[in-house]
Amino acid sequence: MKPVAFKYDAAVSVSDGCGALRDGANAKLIAGGQSLGPMLNLRLVRPGSLLDVSTLPEIREANETEAGVVIGAAITHAEIEDGAVRDPTGGWLRAAAANIAHRGVRNRGTIGGSLAHADPAADWVIVMTGLGASVTLEGPSGRRDVPMSDFVIGPFETALSPDEILVSVFVPKPAKDTRWGYWKYMRQVGEFAKASATVLINSEAGASRIALGALGQQPIILSSDVAEKVIGERMEVREALHDAFNAAGLPAEPENLALHITAVHRALAIAHADNN
Amino acid sequence: MCRANIVMPVLPQMGFSVLTDSTTQDAARHKGVGASTRRHEDDRYLRGRGRFVGDIRRAGMLDMAFVRSPLAHASIRSITKPDANSLRSVEGVYVAADLTGVTGIVANSALPGFQASVQPILADSKVRHVGEPIVACLAQTRAAAEDLAEAVQVDLDEIAAVVEMTTALDPEMPLLHDHWVQNAFLETRTDINFENAIAGAAAVVKKSYRTARQCMAPIEGRGCVAEWDRHLEQLTIHSATQMPHIVRSGLAECLGLDHAQVRIIAPDVGGGFGYKGILLAEEVCAGFLAMKLDRPIRWLEDRREHLTGGANCREHTYEITGYAAADGEILAVDCDALVDSGAYSSYPFSACLEAAQVTSILPGPYRMRGFRCKATAVATNKPPILPFRGVARTGVCFAMELVMDALAGELGMSPEAIRERNLVPATDMPFTNITNKFFDSGDYPQALSKTVEAIDVAAVRARQKLATGRKRIGLGFAIFCEQGAHGTSVYHGWGIPMVPGFEQATARLTPDGWLEVRVGVHSHGQGLETTLAQIANEELGVDPEKVRVVHGDTAYTPYSTGTWGSRCAVMAGGAVGTASAEVGDRVRAIAAHLLQARAEDIVLADGAAYAGTAKVSLEEVARTWYRQPQLLPASVDPHGLEATVGYRTTPDTGTFSYACHAVVVEVDMDLGQVDLLDYVIVEDAGVMINPMIVDGQVLGGVVQGIGTALFEEMPFDGSGQPLASTLADYHLPVAADIPPIRIIHMETPSPLSRYGQKGIGESGAIGPPAAIANAVNDALRDIGAEVTEVPMTPERVLKVIARAEAKSREAVS
Repeated sequence: MKPVAFKYDAAVSVSDGCGALRDGANAKLIAGGQSLGPMLNLRLVRPGSLLDVSTLPEIREANETEAGVVIGAAITHAEIEDGAVRDPTGGWLRAAAANIAHRGVRNRGTIGGSLAHADPAADWVIVMTGLGASVTLEGPSGRRDVPMSDFVIGPFETALSPDEILVSVFVPKPAKDTRWGYWKYMRQVGEFAKASATVLINSEAGASRIALGALGQQPIILSSDVAEKVIGERMEVREALHDAFNAAGLPAEPENLALHITAVHRALAIAHADNN
Repeated sequence: MCRANIVMPVLPQMGFSVLTDSTTQDAARHKGVGASTRRHEDDRYLRGRGRFVGDIRRAGMLDMAFVRSPLAHASIRSITKPDANSLRSVEGVYVAADLTGVTGIVANSALPGFQASVQPILADSKVRHVGEPIVACLAQTRAAAEDLAEAVQVDLDEIAAVVEMTTALDPEMPLLHDHWVQNAFLETRTDINFENAIAGAAAVVKKSYRTARQCMAPIEGRGCVAEWDRHLEQLTIHSATQMPHIVRSGLAECLGLDHAQVRIIAPDVGGGFGYKGILLAEEVCAGFLAMKLDRPIRWLEDRREHLTGGANCREHTYEITGYAAADGEILAVDCDALVDSGAYSSYPFSACLEAAQVTSILPGPYRMRGFRCKATAVATNKPPILPFRGVARTGVCFAMELVMDALAGELGMSPEAIRERNLVPATDMPFTNITNKFFDSGDYPQALSKTVEAIDVAAVRARQKLATGRKRIGLGFAIFCEQGAHGTSVYHGWGIPMVPGFEQATARLTPDGWLEVRVGVHSHGQGLETTLAQIANEELGVDPEKVRVVHGDTAYTPYSTGTWGSRCAVMAGGAVGTASAEVGDRVRAIAAHLLQARAEDIVLADGAAYAGTAKVSLEEVARTWYRQPQLLPASVDPHGLEATVGYRTTPDTGTFSYACHAVVVEVDMDLGQVDLLDYVIVEDAGVMINPMIVDGQVLGGVVQGIGTALFEEMPFDGSGQPLASTLADYHLPVAADIPPIRIIHMETPSPLSRYGQKGIGESGAIGPPAAIANAVNDALRDIGAEVTEVPMTPERVLKVIARAEAKSREAVS
């Protein structure tokens, strides 16, 4: 399969990009193209024009602050994996990046592209949700920050307006003594996950968080109360997920839950073993 | 996640044969039969310098794309071609009615009761599977041709689709082909002493097994560039095929041309596995349009066409019952098998081959007293099923070897004990089995015992006891034999468009003392350019580096059925050896004259002819014949330094290689994930011409077999829509899925072949589904779960675990 004909331009700035999105006939951004490329070839998307933002300097940088690190949207998975970007978590981001698809994909795929594409099974969608990250969106009327939990609103659906560009993601520095576990089930190396979970443990600060991904929709975040109970083994994972699936309108039969329960158990085990 | 690491076998550490053990200086210099010489072809493959169909460009060439059926079963009401003015670079839109004088593809079998089909080049009145070509669109680029194809309107009247083979024969099902009586190409039956044999059986197990529909997945898809050669008045087609002469015959028939008007060139081909032996409607269409327009036409299959409309294979079901005596002796096997053959009988193997093969090969390497089998080639609204590496053997081995384990379980025997009890013993070789297969040689029980030793059954059993919790260890075996290089006497009975006869080869010395070898088979990854050069070296002493193997062009090579059926090492190898030996005799005669010695005293070695210590090089002999004939006596053989011979084995019933596979698995009961921890293969390819290449064949086959066992499946929904259309949905095994694989060779020479070699090309792909399923069942035995279907996906494994656990909960309450 070959794509339908489209125009291709390289963006010169974020504001120029927003303008093109507003004015262009059926314009679409491309960064690494690791999802968009196959979709173009299969003619699942038929943009009139593509605007390449992968080399824009303003979204290619990462800045460390007291509170965390702001990672430009066009930073690649490989750059995070290789430590070219400061990892505020002390290695959790690098480890997650190193397990995204294959190195070839990581060399080109970008963190912003992955979040904006919002594939329910994508690593950054669940990891950034689990870490309590937020994204910065820029549009004609300026910038706004959106927490990850509000950013992904459905499968391949985000809070981005048609003329907005995701410019960066802010990853907060975890509080001292925080533990972390991320586990995903892939049948084969490099596949999208069939189930995934993150566990962030900081019970003293009451900041523990359990998130579930690869649900065919946006991630589920267990309430902090439930998360603390599960971490403290005062509630069965099965029960917590049963309730959460019901609340999210997902089928909660045992066969639907099984893999996700396993994911939480294994993420918990990793978090408990985490000596970060 | 921790996965098995990849360990490629290091041959010298594990070679068991005399030849691979050889470490003497002689062996180091040896380049003929038995030498693990590096593959000549790898230099261009590994540097990306091969020349494939996709590399071929022609001035004025047009790309072709097809409008393919979106429905599995429908009548075509109308086709509306787009307005040419509204589109860029339109070169033409062609429907069935435009293909003047072209006939559909017919591959009949002479077996009684066969119902024939005609596979249209472009569907005319009806479509019978999703992906069937309806309209051919030509444009300057493939992208533009696809734009054009999107603009064609095809109005279809949907008919209920026949999707599931187990219900396809129901009388209320719509018929795929109007003149048929039921949706089956052929039903074959055999009954040998069945009723008598089962009397007094101590154990009877009845099982249902199923293998999924798969897609062969060579790295390169199909493709062709067709052009009309005005000078030769010939249609020349570069085609990614493994059987160029057969494609030529098929094309000539469909296009109404003389053979002289068709030339097929198969350049480098990126893997075949059976898919590239088939004549495709797309090639016929490209050939017709190239002639009609007098312009080169290119079609390159993309992966979506390949997966959804093309390379389907393997879908079988078995209702099988095994009968055994108390001591484990197999009394009889009874089987009712279905093969989902899809919508059409494909050329040249026909839709009957796979199902009919089931009735003749199911008994495997075992003796038994009785055998009854019915196998039906069922027609469904899916792409035609095509013979994939191993053909029916992979499914047959799966059914037979799972029944063996089930009988062992019933009798309280170990899997290895019941096999040992029933394998044909070496003392009975050669052996004619219950379905009249002639096992030429071998020691099957020894292959089993070597496997038991290598996998270290005792250690695995001990480890199994230590495995607690939700991860279980299992051990599984599969043993089978594989008929290869079988010829006329086997195939003429099928009455299909192709019957192999004598395999021909030409060998000729060139004026500089190089050897040119011409063969009608094709090499597309097997390393035949190397293997055949080694055989020439064996006969002539010519350096393999100075042997050019010419293959893949019908204009340059003798007619051959091509590369299939694990036949090339035996058949083309035998032919090249015979032709080289004949040239050798002529070389000796000339050398004898030049050295003033007797021809019978001349020894050919190291690129020269020796008489004692006196020698004359092959180059000098060749130069004398071609360029200085004045030096030759009047009595010289006028046929010169060139010979074309025909070769076949006597009898031509085929060589029987065999192998025993053993695998250790770990099953994660929470995930349904099956990981392979250890894999041992003991195999007997007879005398190995190049042991490294044999290892490559076995390893590649095993990886494909692991695909069948664990990953590969082309699912269809109830309306016949294929549900995997990219390699993101169709899972092939990847490097991380492959365990360390240890290969141990036995080398029992075949009494039939020229060097004692046996066909081994398909062997690796046969055993893994059976061995791995037996291992998974071994792992899950104590919870009472049993897999009966491949691929053993996590979903399927979880399902049998959940079912077993629910059952045991019921039993408790």
